[in-house]
Amino acid sequence: MAPIISIKQLQKTYTGGFQAIKGVDLDINPGEIFALLGPNGAGKTTLINIVCGIVQATGGSVTVDGHDISKNFRAARQRIGLVPQELTTDAFETVWNTTRFSRGLFGKPPSPAHIEATLKSLSLWDKKDAKIMTLSGGMKRRVLIAKALSHEPQILFLDEPTAGVDVELRKGMWDVVRKLRESGVTIILTTHYIEEAEEMADRVGVINNGQIILVQEKRALMAQLGKKELTLQLSDKLSEIPSALADEQLTLANDGLSLTYTYDTKSERTGITQLLGKLSENGIRFTDLDTTQSSLEEIFVNLVKRPA
Amino acid sequence: MNWYAVKSIYTFEMARTWRTVLQSVIAPVISTALYFVVFGSAIGSRMTDIDGIGYGSFIVPGLVMLSLLTQSVSNAAFGIYFPRFSGTIFEVLSAPISYIEILLGYVGAAATKSILLGLIILATATLFVELRIAHPIWMLMFLVLTAVTFSLLGFIIGIWADSFEKLQIVPLLIVTPLTFLGGSFYSIDMLPPVWQTITLFNPVVYLVSGFRWSFFEISDVAVGISLGMTAVFMIICLSIVWWIFKTGYRLKN
Ligand SMILES: Nc1ncnc2c1ncn2[C@@H]1O[C@H](COP(=O)(O)OP(=O)(O)OP(=O)(O)O)[C@@H](O)[C@H]1O
Ligand SMILES: [Mg+2]
Repeated sequence: MAPIISIKQLQKTYTGGFQAIKGVDLDINPGEIFALLGPNGAGKTTLINIVCGIVQATGGSVTVDGHDISKNFRAARQRIGLVPQELTTDAFETVWNTTRFSRGLFGKPPSPAHIEATLKSLSLWDKKDAKIMTLSGGMKRRVLIAKALSHEPQILFLDEPTAGVDVELRKGMWDVVRKLRESGVTIILTTHYIEEAEEMADRVGVINNGQIILVQEKRALMAQLGKKELTLQLSDKLSEIPSALADEQLTLANDGLSLTYTYDTKSERTGITQLLGKLSENGIRFTDLDTTQSSLEEIFVNLVKRPA
Repeated sequence: MNWYAVKSIYTFEMARTWRTVLQSVIAPVISTALYFVVFGSAIGSRMTDIDGIGYGSFIVPGLVMLSLLTQSVSNAAFGIYFPRFSGTIFEVLSAPISYIEILLGYVGAAATKSILLGLIILATATLFVELRIAHPIWMLMFLVLTAVTFSLLGFIIGIWADSFEKLQIVPLLIVTPLTFLGGSFYSIDMLPPVWQTITLFNPVVYLVSGFRWSFFEISDVAVGISLGMTAVFMIICLSIVWWIFKTGYRLKN
């Protein structure tokens, strides 16, 4: 399937001379949830703002559903809804009016029914006549989501949507996101909560210093995550793995003093009991053991630490 | 054209007017009424007629222009400055709308407000002095042209300003003096000859003169020149706005 967003060799140098995006190539598939991870200042917001038309790129190109974001900006932008990172709202407006305003701005005829449904899905209905300044931070965040959904976009950008939202509402928010995905909306989100990416995303991209350093199916990542390693410190040096143990997922360290067993935590049997039995049958004794599991967070931190 | 967007911005801006009706309508009406009491009645009663027009009546077009100019500038400047200041401008920038539509929405609303205000002030004036309007169509034309032109100027100021001080300073230091020196309260030929020449560089002179002509058929400069100068000023403002949008000046980084 053709990508719904195609970013090619994107560059952004801010007026001060700071290069925030350094040649990003990225394709987003229609209907997926894509999580963009990266440390503070990595360029996530800049990247999103370029696609949405708020920041002007200094090089490269972006197409949205085949439409170039500058040559064909109307077609590109009307497909996109954006929930910005900053809580920027019209303090003196009511929730209803500001949402209606957004719909009109994106060129859609008024639809009170759609706005009602959107506000209800975000548990904002009872606040529809409240002025935005009287709302809490988490409510304001949801108002911004309602505004972004007001014009029924095909693509939704969520720039740290859950910052400042409590656990319960966060769950509610993800329910909304899932429903949107089911209805065919493509979702691109940034977050600092790795668990969120793990739970929600179909694919994960990592950006650091203005460069994309990894894009992977979450399932592939999770497969790595699902693996655990058991390391045994041997009491006697081993020159090779005995043939009786050749069928096991074992690797011998170079110094011959430790054995590593890789197993899948998700399978019915880990095979550990059997392995330990076989080891003692073959007279291999160990002084210590420990298990490790790499999390997405670890992968992420390692990637980002690596000098770019 | 994305007319829904134009309408959205326009109605949003107009709604802001109704919310702030006190400061945007009542305040100018009161201050105009004060001008009539002071200049029209107290001082005006000791003034001789100008070109056969009673002083109280003579100043009406100037007073309307005074409010029209200051209100157009401040409405439009605030209208675009505030979303920039609060950050909500992101939505307008990310919407599928062209610059012309943005302009129609913001400048259209600002101009509408000041035109309505001009008409209200005119109506207020009839409570104090006798008024006849010789050329109502011309009068409306000058009203609309001036409102649009100075709303454009306000829009430029609202984009240029990066603080509330700057937002206030242009209307205060430039627009108000130009209006006072633009023949609102006197006829240009009451000035010494040198000042008459200097005054001709003040664009407001042409507005007030043309506007006054549409009431009383008396003017400091020919009405055609008034119209031409207003158009020139409008074109200058439009060119600056065009440049702002083309370069993304202070809108996109
Ligand atoms: N308007 C600007 N002018 C100059 N530099 C900017 C501007 N906006 C952002 N930057 C710089 O660009 C870099 C990327 O910023 P960006 O906001 O895209 O990061 P981010 O990945 O969204 O970070 P965070 O997780 O903190 O939101 C930062 O170093 C930032 O200082
Ligand atoms: Mg950010």
